[in-house]
Amino acid sequence: MRVKNNIAVSDNGFIFNPGSGESFTVNPVGLEMLNLLRKGHPHNEVVTMIQEQYVAEAAQIERDLLDFIEMMRQYRLMQHDDE
Amino acid sequence: MHDIVDKTYQIPYPSAGTEVLLSRLAYIQEQEKMDVIIPNFDAELYSFIKLENKLKTMGIHTFLPTMEQFEERHKVNLNDFGKKYGIHVPRSKTIYNVNEAQQLEKDYEWPLVVKGKYYDASLAYNFDQVKAAYNKISAKWGLPIIIQEFIHGTEYNVTGLGDGEGNTIAAVPMRKQYITDKGKAWGGISISDKQALELTERFMQSTRWRGGFELELMKDKSGDYYLLEINPRMPAWIYLAVGVGQNIPEALTRLAMGWPTPAYTHYDVGKMFIRYAWDMIVDLHEFEQISTTGEL
Repeated sequence: MRVKNNIAVSDNGFIFNPGSGESFTVNPVGLEMLNLLRKGHPHNEVVTMIQEQYVAEAAQIERDLLDFIEMMRQYRLMQHDDE
Repeated sequence: MHDIVDKTYQIPYPSAGTEVLLSRLAYIQEQEKMDVIIPNFDAELYSFIKLENKLKTMGIHTFLPTMEQFEERHKVNLNDFGKKYGIHVPRSKTIYNVNEAQQLEKDYEWPLVVKGKYYDASLAYNFDQVKAAYNKISAKWGLPIIIQEFIHGTEYNVTGLGDGEGNTIAAVPMRKQYITDKGKAWGGISISDKQALELTERFMQSTRWRGGFELELMKDKSGDYYLLEINPRMPAWIYLAVGVGQNIPEALTRLAMGWPTPAYTHYDVGKMFIRYAWDMIVDLHEFEQISTTGEL
C-alpha cells in the first residue's frame, strides 16, 4: 500500500483529502514520515532516516511508523499499489 | 439589507393557490418589469411550474423543472425513481397512518428515518419514537410521512444545473463539515469525487433535468453512494459553487433568458463556506411598512 497521491499536505502538517473532504493534522515527526512515504521510500529507509534525526531505538520508530500507516489506512489516506 | 436588495415584495403562501399568486405577480410586474424569477422554496415551486407559461406572456422568464420531473423526484416517489434510472436509493415507504410503520419492523432495521413531505427528518430507534416524530412532523408539514431505511455513512451533496437537454451545465460536490440540529449545512468544503459527479451526470442524462438542483447523497462504508433526496432548486449553500468558479445563479439566469450558456468544466477543490448569522438593526417604520403594505 502507498499514500494516496491526491492528498494535499502542507508544511505545517495539515492534510486534506480532496476526495472525501476530510482534513487531519500530524505532528512534525508524523509529517516527516508522511513526506518520506510519499516520496516512495520503503519502510526500512524511513526508519533509518528518522533515526538519524531523533534519539530513539529503531524498533520503537518502526512500531510507531507501522501504527501511523495503519491509522492512515483506517482514515482512507492509503491506496493499493495497483490503484 | 438595502445594499443588496433594491425592493422586497411579499407573495402569498403556496396554500393560497396559483391564481392568488398570479395576480400578486401581475401587480409586481407592473411596477418592476422583471425579466427573471428564480423561486427557491420547495413548497412554492409547484405553483411557479404551473404558472410558467402565463409568466412568460407577462415577460417573466423562469428555468424550472418540468411538472413531470418535479413529481417524479418527489420523496414519496424516490423508490420508483431509483428503479427507473438505476440509481441506489434507500428503501422507503410512504405512510398516511402511523400504524403502517409498525409493519415495517419486519423488513427494515432500526433506526428508521421519519421524513416530512417537504422538510424535516428525525431518526427513530423504536416505535414510540416513530410515533412522536410522525405526529410532530405531520402537524407541521402535513401528510404523507416517509419512513426511510437509515444508511450509515458520510453525507455529501451536489448542486448543479441542467439545461433540460440532458447536459450538465454545472456540478459542484460538497461535504458538510458543520451541521445544525436539523442536519442543515452550516459549513462545508468542495471536494473532488468522481463517483459523485458520475452519478450526477447519469441523473442529468437520464432525466434531462431542467434547472437548478441539489442531490443529497450518502456514501456507505463500502464506498457506494445512495441518493437520499433530490431538491428541485438551488440549495442555501449555492454561494460555495460561485466561490469555487461555477456561478450557477448566473448560468440559470442566462438559460432562462435563452442566452448561450457554456457548461462549466472546472471548480476549485478544498474551498470552504462558513455560514454566520447576523443581527440586522431595523427601524420600526420599515417593519411597519412590510407588515402593512407587503412591500419594502
